[in-house]
Amino acid sequence: MKTILYIIQKEFKQIFRNKGMLPIIFIMPIMQLLILSNAATFDIKNIKFGYIDNDHTSTSRELIENFNASTYFNVLNDFPSEKLAISEMLNGKVDVVLEIPEHFERDLQTEKYNSLGVTINAIDGAAAGVENVYVTQIIQRFNQKIKVGLSHISDTQIKPVYIETIPLFWYNKTLNYKTFMVPGILVLLVTMIILFLSGMNIVREKEIGTLEQINVTPIKKSQFIIGKLFPFWIIGLGLLSIGLIIAKLVFNVPMVGSLALMYLYTSVYILVVLGIGLFISNFTDTQQQAMFISWFFMVIFILMSGLFTPIESMPKWAQTITEFNPIRYFVEIMRMVMLKGSGLNDVLPQLIKTTIYAVIMNGLAVWSYKKTS
Amino acid sequence: MKRFIGFIKKEFYHIIRDKRSLFILFGMPIAQIMLFGFAITNEINNVDIAILDHSKDVTTKEIINKISASKYFSIKQMLEKEEDIASVFKKGHVKAVLNFEQNFSENLIKENKANIQIVTDATNPNTANTISNYINAIVIQYQKELNKNSVSNYQINTRTRLVYNPELKSVYMFVPGVMTMILMLVSAMMTSISITREKELGTMEILLVSPLKPFQVIIGKVFPYIFLSIINAIIIILLSIFIFKMPVQGSLFLLGLESVLFIITSLALGILISTISTTQQTAMMISLMGLMLPVILLSGFIFPISSMPLPMQVISNIVPAKWFIIIIKGIMLKGVGLQYIWKETLILAGMTVFFIGLSVKKYKIRLE
Repeated sequence: MKTILYIIQKEFKQIFRNKGMLPIIFIMPIMQLLILSNAATFDIKNIKFGYIDNDHTSTSRELIENFNASTYFNVLNDFPSEKLAISEMLNGKVDVVLEIPEHFERDLQTEKYNSLGVTINAIDGAAAGVENVYVTQIIQRFNQKIKVGLSHISDTQIKPVYIETIPLFWYNKTLNYKTFMVPGILVLLVTMIILFLSGMNIVREKEIGTLEQINVTPIKKSQFIIGKLFPFWIIGLGLLSIGLIIAKLVFNVPMVGSLALMYLYTSVYILVVLGIGLFISNFTDTQQQAMFISWFFMVIFILMSGLFTPIESMPKWAQTITEFNPIRYFVEIMRMVMLKGSGLNDVLPQLIKTTIYAVIMNGLAVWSYKKTS
Repeated sequence: MKRFIGFIKKEFYHIIRDKRSLFILFGMPIAQIMLFGFAITNEINNVDIAILDHSKDVTTKEIINKISASKYFSIKQMLEKEEDIASVFKKGHVKAVLNFEQNFSENLIKENKANIQIVTDATNPNTANTISNYINAIVIQYQKELNKNSVSNYQINTRTRLVYNPELKSVYMFVPGVMTMILMLVSAMMTSISITREKELGTMEILLVSPLKPFQVIIGKVFPYIFLSIINAIIIILLSIFIFKMPVQGSLFLLGLESVLFIITSLALGILISTISTTQQTAMMISLMGLMLPVILLSGFIFPISSMPLPMQVISNIVPAKWFIIIIKGIMLKGVGLQYIWKETLILAGMTVFFIGLSVKKYKIRLE
């Protein structure tokens, strides 16, 4: 026990002595949490909207006015020709172009039917889909309006039925993205710091040659590893605490569920990450290699965690891969406990999987760690 | 000059001899781009939903059938009472519950109006909103069928043309992003470490007292990495064209040149990081922790920049990846030439000069 305490003391001293590292471990993640949480939104707003009005009548102007009044669209200008509009779209200056044909008003009066051209930049397919819905909604509403203005009594022979859908957004009534993203980004930052620090730590001693020196001491393998990893475990929990405080105070993210459950889960989760870090250390010769491999797994963990894109939309084989992604479980738990107030019972499957994962990873890591090289 | 070439050769050998690092260097980006190109999509498919049908009549059955027939939803379970909604959400089993009111058909016939509640688990606002919109669209479609015989006039319709990506493939969005992230991080990490490594091991001092000038040392160290990154870029571009069928509407040559420019920008950033950090560990933490999330979140890779609050849009301008993503999308998908992306190109070039200038300045101070 005493030996472990000494190792822990030594590790802590080493971490805190390195003045360059401290801001990276604590300040950088906090800054990123504060800044980047504001950037992560799928809300489609301020759509750059241009139009070509070939009609120039009160009806066409009224239609444009409807786009202007909507909060989604940023009506920019009236293009004199389609060619110019397309060129501006290539330039990235405009994303949606509405073309109103000549004699729009006249044809609408006589034929009661008309058709508008809409061109949407669809490189971001998801955004284009939403933009299309917004355009259609505004035009539908405009339809209703002129219907009231111009309709005749004969239209209402059979009364149409109406099914109303009432959307209810539970746990996040205002559809606030920060509530959703802050816990997720916090998970990423905690995971990245622990994985990178632990992944490089042992390999660094290998590279500098100090590992040899430790190996000739009577310290046991398990003592050494526990001593090495414990400080990172503390740092991880410390970061989580700071992050949770920021989430509450700055972003006003609700904390509906139990904090104790949160910490229970996180303490097991950190063990998984530490195990992975240690495992990487054992299989690499230089810090550079360790870093590249940690980066490789980190990118996969992040992009396949369900944090930014939904897991259920992935193909089946990819969903299977996500089963081995620790970040996936952490993101799920964070959101479930913090926002929905899920209890121990609800998160038991994830907790059990994470525990098994921790045991396997650390088992492998200790097994593959050799005192003699 | 001869000495200089000798030095570059030595650096090359250094890198090429380390088979494991080379394998990591080329293997990882390939594995990543394959994985992401196939796996990641922000489309909504097969969302699990539950139904709470208080009415259980013909109309509700028909609506439920319509919903389960769409590719967006799969009905996971039928609920019996209101309280069940909270418990399925808390377990995270379903993303939405459709709640049909009592006497649904009867209300529709007698009062011409009936209600469906779409309760969504809005912890994910994006999914919640999309689900609600999609279900609404299916219901409206069904309503139109019911109303076929009643008249309504004055129809303005739209002919929508989706340009540059008519099939709305999300791979067109993700491949440029992944490409950018890989090129940037691999390049920046490589140079940031290679110079600090020499510092840490003490060999940098030896290099500096050699007859090579300091800038020659740095160029000699960076040069092999430019070469490796270009090979990396070629592999990535070939994969995106042949495997993911990304079009290259514009000039492949221009795409190549812009990629080289971006690689140099990233390498220059790496050098800057290496001049300000003394250990490999700090250098790597700065290049990984400092670059990874901003590149993913602020570059337009996943989240549209135009939707961000204004201060974020301003900050995004300092992320080089943002400009490169605009350039790649422009050349590959829109088919534009230099006349449309000269501004972005100039910004990247300016950033490169800035990074190099700053590192040279920092570097001199260190040597005094």
